[in-house]
Amino acid sequence: MTPEAVDHELPAEEKRHHVLSVLVENKAGVLSRVAGLFSRRGFNIFSLAVAPTDDSHRFSRITIVVDAASAPLEQIVNQLDKLINVVEISHVNEHQVVERELLLASITVPTDQMATAISLCANFDAEVVDAGAGEITVMLADHPDKINAFQELLSGYTVDQLHRTGLVALPKLITQ
Amino acid sequence: MEITGAQALIKSLEEQGTDVIFGLPGGAILPVYDPILDSSIRHILVRHEQGAGHMAEGYALATGRPGVAMVTSGPGATNIVTPLANAYMDSTPLVVVSGQVSRAAIGTDAFQECDITGVTSGITKHNWLVTDANDLPRIVAEAFHVATTGRPGPVLIDVPKDVAQSMMTWNGPATEADLDLPGYRPTKGVDHEVIAQAIAMILEAKRPVLYVGGGVLQGNASAALRALAERLGVPVVTTLMARGAFPDTHPQHLGMPGMHGHYTAIMAIQRADLLVSLGARFDDRVTGKLDGFAPVAKIIHLDVDRAEHGKVRRPDLSIVANASEAVPALAEAAASVTPSDLRAWWDELHGYQAKHPLAYDPIDGNGLLKPQMVVETLNALAPAGTIVASGVGQHQMWASQYWQFEEPRTWINSGGAGTMGFAVPSAIGAKVGRPDRTVWAIDGDGCFQMTAQELVTARAEGIPIKVAILNNAYLGMVRQWQEMFYEERYSEVYLSPDLPNYVQWAEAMGCVGIRVDDPADVASAIERANSIDDRPVVIDFRTDASEKVFPMVPAGATNDEVLVHPSQRLHS
Repeated sequence: MTPEAVDHELPAEEKRHHVLSVLVENKAGVLSRVAGLFSRRGFNIFSLAVAPTDDSHRFSRITIVVDAASAPLEQIVNQLDKLINVVEISHVNEHQVVERELLLASITVPTDQMATAISLCANFDAEVVDAGAGEITVMLADHPDKINAFQELLSGYTVDQLHRTGLVALPKLITQ
Repeated sequence: MEITGAQALIKSLEEQGTDVIFGLPGGAILPVYDPILDSSIRHILVRHEQGAGHMAEGYALATGRPGVAMVTSGPGATNIVTPLANAYMDSTPLVVVSGQVSRAAIGTDAFQECDITGVTSGITKHNWLVTDANDLPRIVAEAFHVATTGRPGPVLIDVPKDVAQSMMTWNGPATEADLDLPGYRPTKGVDHEVIAQAIAMILEAKRPVLYVGGGVLQGNASAALRALAERLGVPVVTTLMARGAFPDTHPQHLGMPGMHGHYTAIMAIQRADLLVSLGARFDDRVTGKLDGFAPVAKIIHLDVDRAEHGKVRRPDLSIVANASEAVPALAEAAASVTPSDLRAWWDELHGYQAKHPLAYDPIDGNGLLKPQMVVETLNALAPAGTIVASGVGQHQMWASQYWQFEEPRTWINSGGAGTMGFAVPSAIGAKVGRPDRTVWAIDGDGCFQMTAQELVTARAEGIPIKVAILNNAYLGMVRQWQEMFYEERYSEVYLSPDLPNYVQWAEAMGCVGIRVDDPADVASAIERANSIDDRPVVIDFRTDASEKVFPMVPAGATNDEVLVHPSQRLHS
């Protein structure tokens, strides 16, 4: 599959997941409170990424992708908001947001196919970040849809290890 | 001033207005027990930490002030997990202080170590593990603030032993400005446009019902509720959590809705074209099968907790506000409108009342007491303002049905969690909070056996509660279900009326023990109990195990399928 063939719209996919950007106090146990709430209330987490914000002493940001079928969005947001350490929740609308995810994968490539593999990676703007005997580790940081397409392409090779970070997101900037 | 963390903790509790702590010491909490000797706070030494938790709940429910309990680490803390879960379900404000092993030992499986903040994170509104003694004044202030504002609930402060022992700088109590709760914004204020819309919807309705829940009691809004109801002439139902929020003797009161509610209260909801939920949460024990609940009603939902709106039933109008502010606002708005004519609605409701009042069989050949008659007699002979606590099961439903509740905070019970054994300790806590009141625990024999040892506490601490055991020798509610839905196959529900010997047990615990078998002795035994004020009294009423609680909405059925008392079924 070439990058051009990727359908970036994927309307069915949009409805299946909600993306929440949650500002939390940077305190011990906060992640466990958030995860505990989700399991207790039967909300399914698709992916979750946590890291400190610029005000790293006080706040972290959790980006949660939730299975939309498991509960109404309003219930998830309202229950999450009741956690004392949760400061702010934004529901990320896919059209008004910049979303990125990072993929790392180690793949075994026969020597005679190595050049093709590397050029396929280049088509995706993926980087080769490590190389061994008959094996390379590639990295792609991009929109999750493009990551999906890239992952599918990699499945044509022997994938030894593959790791995705889960999604992070920020609102789109206003351009006049 | 340099003081220990333990001293700072006790001083901070004093500053929050704590007058009593229910607790039991142990290794990790030892340092905190030392300054209690020098404190103005009364400590009540319980016999089991579960008792401390339920006492704190009873105190909170009877007074409206947060209950405070203190326990040690590990098993001390896990023993209070059930009260925390109970208080969380019923939104009761509690502050529990637990000891923890020293900071360096946390995570090493130390003696009596338990990750109690982890264990209780799903059953507290919030909890704190204190890592620096200097944080104690602020954390205690935050704990009381969180427990008592917005939708109230239990909180827990876990204090490692070395934090309690270490020195800190006391700069006076924490003020509101010291609170560090950037994510906590309890609901405040009322949107008067929404209030006006609500009143307009009530005026348009032909068959409105005020569906009143525990939030009205929490918000001390009973007087405003009465003004609102009387002004608009709208019928009122009060849930199990709201008994006493509106007088039972009031002609507009239809009683309790739900699985064992009053027939008229149940049918009023089923027939309503507008249900005005005030601080109630559409609990499954009220709604029955959800898609058949109040099938033609529009919904106005007033609740302080935004997450309750639309959780179970989508409201047509949401009022996100505290009942303490919103019910008075509704009453005020109602005062200037012309009430609509609800005579046809009342005629219908009066028809239900005439056809299906509460009913039970007269005493039959076996001569055993009818539990409903015992509750009625207790009620008839009770001094004004008596507070009633109950456990969970048939006796709880009969207490709710047959006691006439006339004022707020006179009914202490475990609603959401359904915690057996709640009656004795919660009655003790209520009596501590309201020593001026007579406090009766109406209990079952199964429940009594779970927490009766706290009567030792009651006797030792001079807390003269009274306990009426409706002793049918069974786990009665389970027996009722097995009789009705499991073809009378009674599995593990028989308890024996004589083992234990309740009179001897009561006397061994320093109480007066009385046994009543003969219906003719019921009133005199109750009068004797009411006249004793220097120690607890326990009456063992031998009741008829064949009595079942009616009305009953079977599990999974809609409220329209309510089973009335068998004597009324021929007429229906």
